[in-house]
Amino acid sequence: MSDAAQALSQALGRGSAHEGAHHWRAQRLSALALVLLAPWFAISLALLPDYSYAELYLWASSLWHAALLALLVGAACWHSMLGVQVVIEDYVRGWLRPAALVLSGFLHVLLAVLGVLAIVRIALGS
Amino acid sequence: MAQRPLSPHVFIYRFAYTMATSIFHRATGVALSLSLLLLVGFVVALAAGPGSYASYMSLAASWPVQLLLAVLLLCFSFHFANGIRHLLWDAGIGLERKAARFSAKLVTVLAVLATVALLALFYRHGAAP
Repeated sequence: MSDAAQALSQALGRGSAHEGAHHWRAQRLSALALVLLAPWFAISLALLPDYSYAELYLWASSLWHAALLALLVGAACWHSMLGVQVVIEDYVRGWLRPAALVLSGFLHVLLAVLGVLAIVRIALGS
Repeated sequence: MAQRPLSPHVFIYRFAYTMATSIFHRATGVALSLSLLLLVGFVVALAAGPGSYASYMSLAASWPVQLLLAVLLLCFSFHFANGIRHLLWDAGIGLERKAARFSAKLVTVLAVLATVALLALFYRHGAAP
């Protein structure tokens, strides 16, 4: 929770927001998803006969591959955003901290949207 | 904010290699965050057509980038193996000092083996990833 939101909560006497474990839980949930998705991606790429455009395009345009690839990009961006957030909160001080947090959040969402749109475009063959 | 003493006082501890796996988990995590740019760049280049894909792959084929990719693969294998170690800790498994020290060695060895195996698969036709 941000300082402003916390101050407001205190002023209104709301007590615990009951979402203290949210970040922790999301980090583990995205980690579990990546435990499955990341080896699938690494091994299926490694097992491809070659890395020509035709081969990769055919591979990525299968419905299952596109779905898992989109989930991989989404889960990786989510997990990365949560991890970078902790690193920023630990090491960045002063006004740079909120600036870095906002920048990191925007960049991660941008990467996720770009990646998923690209995968959808390949899957639809347009 | 007032200048308060920071905890933990990392510099007063005797160095243990479980500390190294801990900080490497964070460092490799940041490296992997940056390599998301490469992953998303890859699918965007693939979606953009044969020309963009060829430019991307010719960039990736140069030896400094190949070296970088190999290091990132090692980062990935380590963060993956050590991440499972963290998930097991969250489940209350392997928290004792002896077990934690053993698993620190285990994940490091497994990460190196996985990296070598993946590199061997990627390069089996002399084809660069």
